[in-house]
Amino acid sequence: MPEPHRPGQQHFVADLAETPLAEVDQLDESTPPLSLWADAWHHLRRRPIFIISALLIVLVLALAIVPGLFSHTDPQYCDLNHGLDPSAPGHPFGYDRQGCDVYARVVYGARASVTVGFFTTVIVVFLGAGIGAIAGFYGRIWDSLLSRLTDIFFAIPLVLAAIVVMQVFRDRVTIWSVILVLSVFGWPQIARITRGAVMAVKNADYVTAAKALGTTKFRTLLRHVLPNAAAPVIVVATVSLGIFIVTEATLSFLGIGLNSAKIPSWGADISHAAQSLRNNPAVLFYPATALALTVLSFIMLGDAVRDALDPKARQR
Amino acid sequence: MTPMVEMNLAGRSTDPNAPLVEIKKLCVSFQTSAGEVRAVRDLDLTIYPGQTVAIVGESGSGKSTTAHAIIDLLPGTGKVTSGQILFDGKDIVTASRDEIVSLRGREIGLVPQDPMSNLNPVWRIGYQVKEALLANNVTNNREAKKRVAELLAEAGLPDAASRAKQYPHEFSGGMRQRTLIAIGLAARPRLLIADEPTSALDVTVQRQILDHLGTLTRELGTAVLLITHDLGLAAERAEQLVVMYQGRVVESGPAMEILQHPQHPYTKRLVKSAPSLASRRIETAKHEGIEVTELLAQTGGEGAEHGETKDIMVVKDLTKVFTIRGGRPGASKKFTAVDDVSFAVRRGTTMALVGESGSGKTTVANIVLNLIDPTSGKIYFDGLDLSTLNKEELFSFRRRVQPVFQDPYGSLDPMFSIYRTIEEPLRTHHIGDRKSRELKVRELLDKVALPGSTMRRFPNELSGGQRQRVAVARALALDPEVVVCDEAVSALDVLVQAQILQLLNQLQSDLGLSYLFITHDLAVVRQIADEVCVMEAGKIVEAASTDEVFDHPKTDYTRALLEAIPGGSIELGIADLD
Repeated sequence: MPEPHRPGQQHFVADLAETPLAEVDQLDESTPPLSLWADAWHHLRRRPIFIISALLIVLVLALAIVPGLFSHTDPQYCDLNHGLDPSAPGHPFGYDRQGCDVYARVVYGARASVTVGFFTTVIVVFLGAGIGAIAGFYGRIWDSLLSRLTDIFFAIPLVLAAIVVMQVFRDRVTIWSVILVLSVFGWPQIARITRGAVMAVKNADYVTAAKALGTTKFRTLLRHVLPNAAAPVIVVATVSLGIFIVTEATLSFLGIGLNSAKIPSWGADISHAAQSLRNNPAVLFYPATALALTVLSFIMLGDAVRDALDPKARQR
Repeated sequence: MTPMVEMNLAGRSTDPNAPLVEIKKLCVSFQTSAGEVRAVRDLDLTIYPGQTVAIVGESGSGKSTTAHAIIDLLPGTGKVTSGQILFDGKDIVTASRDEIVSLRGREIGLVPQDPMSNLNPVWRIGYQVKEALLANNVTNNREAKKRVAELLAEAGLPDAASRAKQYPHEFSGGMRQRTLIAIGLAARPRLLIADEPTSALDVTVQRQILDHLGTLTRELGTAVLLITHDLGLAAERAEQLVVMYQGRVVESGPAMEILQHPQHPYTKRLVKSAPSLASRRIETAKHEGIEVTELLAQTGGEGAEHGETKDIMVVKDLTKVFTIRGGRPGASKKFTAVDDVSFAVRRGTTMALVGESGSGKTTVANIVLNLIDPTSGKIYFDGLDLSTLNKEELFSFRRRVQPVFQDPYGSLDPMFSIYRTIEEPLRTHHIGDRKSRELKVRELLDKVALPGSTMRRFPNELSGGQRQRVAVARALALDPEVVVCDEAVSALDVLVQAQILQLLNQLQSDLGLSYLFITHDLAVVRQIADEVCVMEAGKIVEAASTDEVFDHPKTDYTRALLEAIPGGSIELGIADLD
């Protein structure tokens, strides 16, 4: 066969000056090494979502710890003469139906919501992650037993269970009894998520390598598996923190939660404000906004922290 | 040829002297958080009708990016910043969306890399091929069914009509790749882009598929752009080679000429290191009676001289039966993964266990590492019967046998710094205090040729080869006697692969290590192993010294494996490579 004339296909060799050869697989030492926490901080500092949510959370925490700094009005002091009055000097948010100062109640209500949300989440994460991790990592009979237990609790709606069990406490409801009840019924979701994440991680080569090193199973779980399975758990935990605050509010709304006469809470205030929605919607607006912002900022914070702590998601 | 083919090919200009694809000064960039990354720079490439052109390069060299630019499928933020891609005289870069869509499939077909993820698991095979036909208006719905069976048969699937009714999970990797080839060629394109079409497949299947693809495209007169990392394979399959390095073309031209007289230092490096070619060169050299010590890592001879040929590990009549889910719910059946396997690893030497996927070689590795228990059979390590070890004895056994795994991206904990990764074995075995451990980590990093500053980095900052070196350092932390390398270099680029093999060789002669080297690649075996056991379907079919296996293979299976090493038909010069 005669060789056809084909321009553009002659032997071409690039100029060496234009294509310098690098050492095979040389480590790039020009960039400073990453450090997990310093980098996470560096990453977070530049994210507006983190800054906004962190500021809001600091504010809410301050409200919860020292409400006296923000309001000098007693939230329990109510004057029926002022019932549903609009804002007045010293009372920027106006008065509710009972004539209590709405601003003071929003400020003092933070403590109940934040305490319930925070502590319930902490307990639920320890309980749920523990159960889920054992089920996912050890498998076999542990998995069967713990997963069925999780399924049973998962089948009971949180609010319904809380309504029933709260009856036990009746008039002796404290913040801690609410936390206890929510924790007992709130852990299955975290357990399920953790179990799934742990099962995905436990087959990784580095887990096998740890086993081949003679690392004990429990130590492998703590040091290799859980840190790598944490990302989805953090996200679900922050979301459920919001859910717990809302559930506390729901219980108060239904009148079986915290006693609003003794412990002001956003949930109870929203509940009472519902009656005066048509006359003065502002009374509902303030506690509801406080609740929404708090929940939102915890969710945003969780999202940002997860991104920052996950070296896999980070770009160099 | 069927009349259908002629009809499809009719009415197209087929002037063999007019380029089908002409790429001029192509530049492609990606926008990242770190700024603009230039993935392809000033690339020139010409493909004539019916011709096979191969782009060769390591990962990140821009070879796939070039292929994707041709069909305008650049991922994410990728963009052609300058240059032209002329397809049949028409510039694809400036073409409208509709024009490009009509080019895809009908004029330019694509065979993607990973057959496992490129077929939709919820649709039948036949439907997916039909989709390709209907999308390109090749045929109407009624005739499509017949055509699907024809296409699948043509791609080499036996019993195509009934196969078309199956789902992807019922297919093996090779069958899926054949399906993808059928889809790629469904609309009879004039150019087929094959992006690493066989990298995920076993060597013997790889050979069959490439042979078939070659015959098929030659019959149809389809031009092929083959993307590959294997220089031997490229040279064997393509008329023209384009060697890419860091986004640039470093050398291009007729395949044989480049392989026999590489000019650019990078090409020379590639020709020298590619395992398929290196193993070929060892063979050639041996026949001509020349010693090529730099290519060989075998140390068995030396050990024999020192009288140190005691078996460090003896595997006797090993059998492992797994119970797997059967056809009906609740049913189970037995699967014998390892069937009566016996071999021995001599101290200070490398024993290679070769086989294709599913041959049971990794199961053997896991049993030897005492990660899973055998169904029957014994393993003696330095005279100790592994099945009788109690907890403490097992713990000290772990110090003496360590693994290195295949996937450098999965074998290091991403949350652990390199220091913690290498220190972990020392800490687990309570060796030394904090200070002496840090010293040891530094020493280990030095052994695997990484700077001490690496210890403060995290795995995601390192390349695949560097990670694999860290994995080797971790395995060496406890001063083991045997290292089990499970496909330890399979996932690496050829140059890096050669470098790691050299490192393993160096460490073996420095530390007197014994390796159990598990691989599917006989070419690598040639470079590192003293002895070879060939496994097929759980059984050892051949066991002998490396020279013996390569020179006088006894079984057909071994012969098939040897023939499947790419580049077999190529004459190579062994001199003038510096």
